[in-house]
Amino acid sequence: MSMTTILQHCLTGISLGGAYALIAIGYTLVYGILRLINFAHGDIFMMAGYFMIFAMASFPWPVAIVITIVVTTVMGVGIERMAYKPLRKSPRMSIMISAISVSYLLQNLSTYLFTAIPRGYPEIPFLKRIFQIGELSASFVTVLTPVLTLILVVLLMILVNKTKTGIAMRAVSKDFETAKLMGININGIVSVTFAIGSLLAAVGSILYFTDRMSVTPFSGTLPGLKCFVAAVFGGIGNIPGAVLGGFFIGIVETLLVALGYSTFSDAFTFLLLIVMLLVRPTGLFGEKTVEKV
Amino acid sequence: MSLLEIHDLKVCYGGIVALNGISFGVNEHEIVTLIGANGAGKSTTLRAIMGLIPITSGTILYNGERLHGLDTQKIVEKGIVLVPEGRRVFPNLTTLENLKLGAYLQDKKTVEPNLKRVYELFPRLKERHWQQAGTLSGGEQQMLAVGRALMANPKLIMMDEPSLGLAPLVVKEIFSIIKKINEDGVTVLLIEQNANVALKTANHGYVLETGTISMTGTGRELLENEAIRVAYLGKTR
Repeated sequence: MSMTTILQHCLTGISLGGAYALIAIGYTLVYGILRLINFAHGDIFMMAGYFMIFAMASFPWPVAIVITIVVTTVMGVGIERMAYKPLRKSPRMSIMISAISVSYLLQNLSTYLFTAIPRGYPEIPFLKRIFQIGELSASFVTVLTPVLTLILVVLLMILVNKTKTGIAMRAVSKDFETAKLMGININGIVSVTFAIGSLLAAVGSILYFTDRMSVTPFSGTLPGLKCFVAAVFGGIGNIPGAVLGGFFIGIVETLLVALGYSTFSDAFTFLLLIVMLLVRPTGLFGEKTVEKV
Repeated sequence: MSLLEIHDLKVCYGGIVALNGISFGVNEHEIVTLIGANGAGKSTTLRAIMGLIPITSGTILYNGERLHGLDTQKIVEKGIVLVPEGRRVFPNLTTLENLKLGAYLQDKKTVEPNLKRVYELFPRLKERHWQQAGTLSGGEQQMLAVGRALMANPKLIMMDEPSLGLAPLVVKEIFSIIKKINEDGVTVLLIEQNANVALKTANHGYVLETGTISMTGTGRELLENEAIRVAYLGKTR
């Protein structure tokens, strides 16, 4: 393989990784606050794909992007309010099962409403423009994805580390009851968390599907699982970890396909999960939970 | 009329009666203490006042307004804060961030002067303002928990076992600061197993025994009471 080809694949991998990273953040944020693995997150990502298709049918692309992001965010927060919030005091397993149910509900609802036949994803002209960098060629979206991902991550880190809401989020993630004693509105903070996760999933969805041309009701399943692995790999609950995991899985997966092992590219992701759970269950940057007596 | 009035408060966890109809009052500007052994229902009382647990029956009045049934957030807004048992500082946040969270519902303008005041009371916290609260010593964490509560401009500050697990010298320091806070006009409701130091500090005391109030009096009266000396102050007959 020539150097150009390798670089070309790396570029594709980094781009895919960026989209994965944005979705993985959603898993990690929600887990950090509620200790819940939001199995419906991949399906929220898929629904964002459909929202974009329908929004583009009647609006110019800038408006369509805004509509997609807003509707997805509202849906994410709404799902938490209806399916998770009533179970907050129940055993953790109940809320997890509720998340799995929401996942199937969204898949089946979209099969019913939109049929399982793949729908063409609309082209946003400027995203598809081809760039030539030396011998490499890439569409604008390929270059934009990792850049936008990093910008969003930096903004998110500023939000979490510097703002009042961010400090409250970190407090809630450690101790619900004491956070309440500070006067923090727990439901508000949980909603903010789901809003941020869904917003990033909507952005990730636009970047991801623009490169893949079609959406089906099951388009969210595999990317969702892979991004969950990315979050676990980085240490679930840790934002930079999820980003690193997303990029890592995206790049390795693309390179495996390039080397001719496309059959194994998905298997690799889950092998990674197994190995990680065996060797370092807390992930790369995950904190060890020490039970203090 | 007392600042805080509790009438016939009953709290049950499942089938277990934790508080079986207690009544007491806390007058403004006083230090009032509830003493009692483990499991007497002291923490339950404070948690019920803060709205952290639902009450079964009875009333909790603050300035004549009912408190029970309100969200914790609304109760904090009224100027009531709890320094919880075991300090419960946020270990993943810095000292300064913990203090700022104490002022979560407060006007931004009050943060700086309050911070200055807390640093005056606890110079150690200023030195360690950048440090993760989880790495502070037990005494420093207790100071942080009290400081964090003061950031909320409280009118009534409730403390759940502030002496727990601290060295005697540190206990002395904490209690002298509780007195100082009280002299600044903040009403204090104190819960203690360390009856000796609590009764010496308090204007008024109540003795809680398995969900009922068994005795009441001024701090001095209770300190000199024979039964209390035997039960709580380690006097041998």
